[in-house]
Amino acid sequence: MNDMKSMSDNTPGSPERRRFISVATMTAAGVTLAPGVMLIDVAHGRPEEQAASSAVRWGMLVDATKCASGCDECVSACSTENGWTPVAESKHPKQAPQWIRKLELQDPLTQAETNLPMMCQHCEEPPCVDVCPTGASFKRADGIVLVNRHTCIGCRYCMMACPYKARSLVHEPLNDTQKPDVPRGIGCVEACTFCVQKVDRGDGTTACVEACTASGHNALVFGDMNDPESEISKRLRELPTKQVRADLNLNVGVRYHGI
Amino acid sequence: MAGKIKRLLALGAVVLTTAALAWAGSDDQPKASGAPKPVITKAVKGEQCVEPNDFMRRNHMKVLLHHRDETVLEGIRTKKYSLKECINCHASEKTGSVAASKDDFCVSCHSYAAVKIDCFDCHSTKPQGSMAMHPLNAETAHYAHKLAAQANSKISAEEMAGIAQ
Amino acid sequence: MASITFREVEGSSMKYWLLFGGIGLFVLFGFLSYLYMHHHGHVVTGMDNQIVWGLPHVFAVFLIVAASGALNVASIASVFNKPMYKPLAPLSAILALALMLGGLLVLVLDLGRSDRLIVAMTHFNFKSMFTWNVFLYSGFFALVGIYLWTMLDRNVKAYSKAAGTAAFIWRLTLTTGTGSLFGFLVARELYGTSMLAPMFIIMSFAYGLAIYLMVLVAAYAWTGRPLGDAVMMRLKSLLAVFVAAVLYFVVVYHLTNLYFAKLGSVESFILRDGGIITTLFWVGQIVIGCVVPLVILLSGLGRQRSWIMIASALVILGGIAQMYVTIIGAQAYPLDMFPGMTMKSSFYDGVIHEYSPTMAELFLGLGGVAIALLVTTFAVKVLRLLPANLDDATIAKLEH
Repeated sequence: MNDMKSMSDNTPGSPERRRFISVATMTAAGVTLAPGVMLIDVAHGRPEEQAASSAVRWGMLVDATKCASGCDECVSACSTENGWTPVAESKHPKQAPQWIRKLELQDPLTQAETNLPMMCQHCEEPPCVDVCPTGASFKRADGIVLVNRHTCIGCRYCMMACPYKARSLVHEPLNDTQKPDVPRGIGCVEACTFCVQKVDRGDGTTACVEACTASGHNALVFGDMNDPESEISKRLRELPTKQVRADLNLNVGVRYHGI
Repeated sequence: MAGKIKRLLALGAVVLTTAALAWAGSDDQPKASGAPKPVITKAVKGEQCVEPNDFMRRNHMKVLLHHRDETVLEGIRTKKYSLKECINCHASEKTGSVAASKDDFCVSCHSYAAVKIDCFDCHSTKPQGSMAMHPLNAETAHYAHKLAAQANSKISAEEMAGIAQ
Repeated sequence: MASITFREVEGSSMKYWLLFGGIGLFVLFGFLSYLYMHHHGHVVTGMDNQIVWGLPHVFAVFLIVAASGALNVASIASVFNKPMYKPLAPLSAILALALMLGGLLVLVLDLGRSDRLIVAMTHFNFKSMFTWNVFLYSGFFALVGIYLWTMLDRNVKAYSKAAGTAAFIWRLTLTTGTGSLFGFLVARELYGTSMLAPMFIIMSFAYGLAIYLMVLVAAYAWTGRPLGDAVMMRLKSLLAVFVAAVLYFVVVYHLTNLYFAKLGSVESFILRDGGIITTLFWVGQIVIGCVVPLVILLSGLGRQRSWIMIASALVILGGIAQMYVTIIGAQAYPLDMFPGMTMKSSFYDGVIHEYSPTMAELFLGLGGVAIALLVTTFAVKVLRLLPANLDDATIAKLEH
């Protein structure tokens, strides 16, 4: 009886067996390679037919002490990569989507100023996912919070629920100006995707992080927070960071240093 | 005076309608079919679709639907049934799009069948980059092996690139 | 117990068709507004990424809340066994259905992708209060429909009490759900409290009864049927109790918020510095919606029918103001992501959000009201909903 059960579990093609094989292969690869090399391999090398895995949790570190006042390289890079019109060029600025924006904070007592980018925080417990009536708002296995535009009905309940004002509704027709990699459309809600198209391609980074690094500010780090050897994990261990609205206990994927 | 103009206009309308009907009749379409038949332009790249034409004509929506959920929900971005790849091959040479003008690949059939497509409310109708400039750009490079395989048959990779241009 | 004769409204007079056509015109305007909004997108509305839910939602939520409240008169008859209310029950049920239909249509036609309504009916996330509401609304139509049937068809009359009780429990659940649409939102200071659920229930009692009173008096006045003061005095006292209860809930809600320092600034926005929102709160919600109606209903003025009508109209207007303050006011105040810090950005962080609704939104909302009235007007013509006589003698016979 027991034998039969284990046999049926191990028939070729069963999910159990496949999972075992892939783990075995990965382990074998890990033996032959130095740990660092293998980790880069994981970040870059998810085969295109393999689903995003919960072994990974994508996250971002924002070092607000390095974020320069007046610099919006991350914002324009996001707009270019994802094809949304920069708010300055929009005819309807209040209705224009903004996936990422620069926040300027000031303590009224001490006059101390802080700059930081604000976007979807990719919560582990996202309120937008809880409230979405159709399940269009969802969290991918690797922690990226997305909107499935095929089932979004544009009710905007998620926008009411988001504590970070991270989401926008597309208020007007886009007239085929979308990027082939980034579908977006009228009447649907959208937000930062952690450049999921780049992540799936194996870039292992996002447009805003690339732009921040290129501008020499190095205020942003992106990576797998589940991997203790990734750059982001190492930096998060060294730097004291905070979650915005930590009181809500959402376990966000974007951590801020210097706020 | 006004009556005369009206009569002239009416006459003009009759003449134009008759001419239009005569022209439409001269088309080699069977006269019985009311609507114009869809224009099915051959794909710009490649010889054969990912499945036989008959299968794709009947089932493209099913494979696209299945693939769409895998891609969005799980991040599986295989190319075989991806809408982006449909567009990469089928975008018209004239408009660079699958749905910009009424003869473009997707629109042509869909308006004939009177089935609304809302893919392009959100999805771009054009391939990545300028297709005319880069027939095999980074996005379509995976066709290289296909083209190479065909190089020794009737059509070469250079010729394929030429077609695209 | 004396029996009551229910009779259809004849509805063949010029006046009836003028009323029908007038309301129909607003339904048409509402539909045109929808087409306009659907064609151009929400860019033609005053709603934006700050004020996410606007005037359509004010009307929709008001109508949905009022719908469940309109059923109350029927519930008093069947659940609480008050024979005096029995002849009033069928109108109560049809009004509940009509208001619910109007509210839902506005809600649905405002969706960014209203063409995908089928998705909302086939994909469910059971963690969402919205999903629960979809079921609560559908169930409401079914239960109130059955209840109405048991009232109109002698063969199933025996089930009337059971159906009425089921509908009553359902409507309480439904309004709990409507209040919880906001109560379950953690992000905004003025939401995220269980207080909103009971508050919405008591609001529904007041709004629903005010609408019921106006429709009842209008129907009897325009058809020349006798309507005695016995009915009116009972209902107006009931309305006074409901309005006082609404006022009580509002006071407790704001007092509690005022006590917490973290809610101090959002409360001073609503109560003192909010411009139009503050005006709507004090003048609309408190004075027009609560204080003046209470004075009218509880003083000698409340014995005159025209003053009862004025009080009911004020309760309705105050109710819409209350919805405006609840829905728009809570969004107009910026999210406090960094308590104690001032905030500036291109995305209007840290500033009070202005909202100026466009004609399209207004007429979409009014279209919902018009649908509700049109359905009611038509229903009293084709169904035997209204007793032929409600004079004091008839009512007195029922009670003995």
